[in-house]
Amino acid sequence: MTATAEPEASDREVGKARLRKEDARLITGATRWTDNMQLTGMLHMALLRSPVAHARITAIDVTEAVKMPGVLMVLTGQDVAAEQGSLPCAWPITEDMLAPPAPSLAVDRVNFAGEAVALVVARSAAEAHDALAAIDVDYDDLPVVLDMERAVADDADLVHPDLGSNKSATWIFDSAEAGTGADVDQALADSEVVVERTFRQQRLIPAFMEPRSVVVDPSPDSVTMWSATQVPHILRWMLSAVLGIPEQQIRVIAPDVGGGFGGKLQVTPEEVLTLVVARRLGKPVKWTETRTESMLSAHHGRDQLQRITVGASRDGKVTGLKVDLLADMGAYLRLVTPGVPILGAFMFNAIYKFPAYRFTCTNVFTNKVPTDAYRGAGRPEATFAIERIMDELAAELGLDPMDLRERNWIKHDEFPFTTVAGLTYDSGHYEAATDRAKELFGYDALRREQSERRANGDPVQLGIGISTYTEMCGLAPSRVLGALRYAAGGWEHAALRMLPTGKVELITGTSPHGQGHVTAWSQIVADRLGVPFEDVEVLHGDTRVSHRGMDSYGSRSLAVGGVAVVLAADKVLAKARTVAAHLMEAGEGDVEFAAGKFTVRGTSTALSLGDVVVAAHVAHNLPDGMEPGLDAEATFDPDNFSYPHGTHLCATEVDTRTGAVKIRSYVCVDDVGKVVNPMIVEGQVHGGLAQGIAQALYEEAVHDEYGTLTTATLADYLLPSAVDLPHFTTDRTETPALSNPLGVKGVGEAGTIASTPAVVNSIVDALRHMGVDDVEMPCTPMRVWKAINRRGDAVPTTPGAGGGLGSVNVDDQAHARGGAE
Amino acid sequence: MIPAAFDYVAPTTVDEAVRALAAGGEDAKVMAGGQSLIPVLRMRLAAPTLVVDLSGLTELTGVHDDGDSLRIGAMTTHYEVQRDPLVREHAGLLRLATDTVADPQVRHRGTFGGSLAHADPAGDLLAPALALDAVMVCAGPSGTREVPAAEFFVDYFTTALAPDELLTHVKVPKLTGWGAHYEKFNRVAQAWSIVAVAAAVRVSGGRITAARVGLTNMASTPVRARAVEEALVGQEATAEAITAAATRAAEGADPPTDNNADAEYRSHLARVLTERAVTAAVSA
Repeated sequence: MTATAEPEASDREVGKARLRKEDARLITGATRWTDNMQLTGMLHMALLRSPVAHARITAIDVTEAVKMPGVLMVLTGQDVAAEQGSLPCAWPITEDMLAPPAPSLAVDRVNFAGEAVALVVARSAAEAHDALAAIDVDYDDLPVVLDMERAVADDADLVHPDLGSNKSATWIFDSAEAGTGADVDQALADSEVVVERTFRQQRLIPAFMEPRSVVVDPSPDSVTMWSATQVPHILRWMLSAVLGIPEQQIRVIAPDVGGGFGGKLQVTPEEVLTLVVARRLGKPVKWTETRTESMLSAHHGRDQLQRITVGASRDGKVTGLKVDLLADMGAYLRLVTPGVPILGAFMFNAIYKFPAYRFTCTNVFTNKVPTDAYRGAGRPEATFAIERIMDELAAELGLDPMDLRERNWIKHDEFPFTTVAGLTYDSGHYEAATDRAKELFGYDALRREQSERRANGDPVQLGIGISTYTEMCGLAPSRVLGALRYAAGGWEHAALRMLPTGKVELITGTSPHGQGHVTAWSQIVADRLGVPFEDVEVLHGDTRVSHRGMDSYGSRSLAVGGVAVVLAADKVLAKARTVAAHLMEAGEGDVEFAAGKFTVRGTSTALSLGDVVVAAHVAHNLPDGMEPGLDAEATFDPDNFSYPHGTHLCATEVDTRTGAVKIRSYVCVDDVGKVVNPMIVEGQVHGGLAQGIAQALYEEAVHDEYGTLTTATLADYLLPSAVDLPHFTTDRTETPALSNPLGVKGVGEAGTIASTPAVVNSIVDALRHMGVDDVEMPCTPMRVWKAINRRGDAVPTTPGAGGGLGSVNVDDQAHARGGAE
Repeated sequence: MIPAAFDYVAPTTVDEAVRALAAGGEDAKVMAGGQSLIPVLRMRLAAPTLVVDLSGLTELTGVHDDGDSLRIGAMTTHYEVQRDPLVREHAGLLRLATDTVADPQVRHRGTFGGSLAHADPAGDLLAPALALDAVMVCAGPSGTREVPAAEFFVDYFTTALAPDELLTHVKVPKLTGWGAHYEKFNRVAQAWSIVAVAAAVRVSGGRITAARVGLTNMASTPVRARAVEEALVGQEATAEAITAAATRAAEGADPPTDNNADAEYRSHLARVLTERAVTAAVSA
């Protein structure tokens, strides 16, 4: 046995499908959501939001509102202009990026429908909402900019006239300039086959289950904020920067947080405003949004126009890849808005060996809700476009789309492989994942059935969609982030407190909001220290407890934060070994550690870790000069991303008469490296698939010509439920990541990234013989029917059936046709 | 979200309810199961001054055999309709349509009468009521009156009910031994119908002797596909005859255009779904 022996496989916690420690509390409703917080004397804030997308505010009359029952304060943007600062954008992607000031409360102009223009603080939430109706705002309409292609034209109306342009920035990666590949224009000019397509990534709404909520408790010398956030540490830092409050006087707590999907990776106007009014009044204040308010004002995701060109030889070898993006920023640049499409720059080439590549992205302002991170952030967009066009290229070449992929992907014996985008993929085995997926799917039999249905003219056609994806996870090596002009680092921190009873408190800088870190981190610590799983308590999400952290997003928590846990545990063990050797009067080299026990080689002398912890705690007999205690902390900064990959196969039945799409089978085989808890991984895959499939088939944020969001309720913005989704057949292959000692790669986004193109490819595949080569997302029955029948692609923007709950124009009571049911 | 303030009464008899409505005037709202009204109130899309809650009117629940027709209390829940043996035997179309309403939670709270009085043309029970020639029993200050379904649905969310009137019962003529089917088309399970078709047919000796076809969400009210009905009656119950008849499904409809379907696509769906509904009803 070596000195750092792992426990026996059967005793090992890592790899075990442990039930989640969090769930008893979450499932029985014993949770503490932010909105559950009740503080003595607490007041309630409500926000009045603009019903128009672009206008000058000419007057706001609050005289009636301040007289309303229970109202303590009514403020407009003018009232807080000097104090509110500008909301932060931490990712200025270019030196000359245009960025407008971003007020929390609009001062003299509104730039999207849903932007806050006034606030009320009252004794109850009901009184605060009642008073909103008594505020009178005069708007002087300005031209509304909605369409990105029109927004970048020379004579376009401007979202921010002061900036002189709707183009915020243009960011380019060119493999010839970077020295990672050849010149793409030359490569395409020399190609035997060139295929170009334009794909639309529709705008999506993150739709986390718990609405956003903030509670602020001010005291004269410090302020505590509870917020339904993914990023308590970043939030604290940014609140200090925006409002000028000394950082040591701010405590941020993320209590139980009900999902985020990137939607709570933000520093929000509502957080700033709740803090401002709580400090002014000297009283605790709560703000909790409604679902519609969330959809109208919390950041959206995706929204790109992607022009993608691929070159190839007749025998199916890719020769070059050119990508031109327009990315919709919305009206303002929020925390990482500009960087989201840039994260995709490194992923368009995917798993294929392109010799030449150029990526150009233009970030565009429109009068819509700002966009920002949403599950996958940049990578689903890239994966969609490349996987879609590989199918189009296969059709052009007359090859089976899987065959084309096999001819071009990186072979397993070619790892590590440096791509044309300059990343080094450390490990992977695309052949193994694909073979397993095809076997589970019955690929060849489904292809035969597809031929039969085509031959018979079956009104229900069968399509097969492929997505052989990879992604970059574990955000991120700090140096890389610095090179990309991101303002923060990508490390993560962990600390272990060894308690005198032998129990363990682990403090993590990650901020779980549904992922199960408490369980997975306990498994890691249990193995590393040989303590029972139950003896580990994981603390997180409170900046007074977890003082260092970079929080949770970008599938980084395990691959970066979990590794910090390992490093901290190793520091505890290193010191414990010294103490144990001292107590057992042995040389350190003769001391072995296994299953929570130190032994001296060749003797029966033994000390449990618990004994050593007590000895270090009481400090009666420690080596000279040694500090008491075994507590340790560690910070891990990865030197590379991790690269999960996999093969997803989707079979859909398309009713060619109605356009209805039904997923008949869905198989995914993912390689997410080593797995700490297979049940948690399975849950992440299922949830990810649901969201990716939802982009393909259901979800879309639609605006009418005035910039009103017409899908502002969950009756209009369609989320699938379990009955709308197929049974998922999942499996894994495993090539450990080489970039971290756990060998883990991250799994939070894989399902979302991979599944969208698999679904759309299957729909197009079902209809290709009918002359269809694309269906815009979401592939609604009407869009599919129009594609089959060449009816164009115009889709109305008025809300559909929904019991009168459709378009929510906050100023328009036209839908007030309630009734009885 | 929080509704605007309103007064609330919970009468225990129809008379009390009618008096409360009369006293409440134009801005009074009736609440049956609350499955449509509560969301509208919470979003402040409506701000009634008075809500008259009918949940205490036990006299308006249950399904009764009334000879040639069923008499269904307006406060009978969807769940009760689904499981009622009289409905199953004599009004199979109603049961099949009720099965598709929303989800189990809603079906336990929502009521048959509430759905009809709400008059959402995308609601699933209007077209069956129309196809079955149901008769609405309405109570007002001057007594009760009966309104046939064809006259009851006036426009989007608008019925022939006066502000001080209450829908108390629905008379559904028995169509015992008829085949029926409700063909619903939507994007996710809990969504409203984009289009749906309610069909009931009587087949005798291989020939269609009677047919009723109602369309959901093809106009501001439910619509009878009379042209289809006429084309079916007297025909052999063959695929060809049904297909030919179904091509006339959108005649007389005035389909709305929205994000899920424009008018052209809705009309197309009505034809395809009518073919499917009638085909299923014939073989039911």
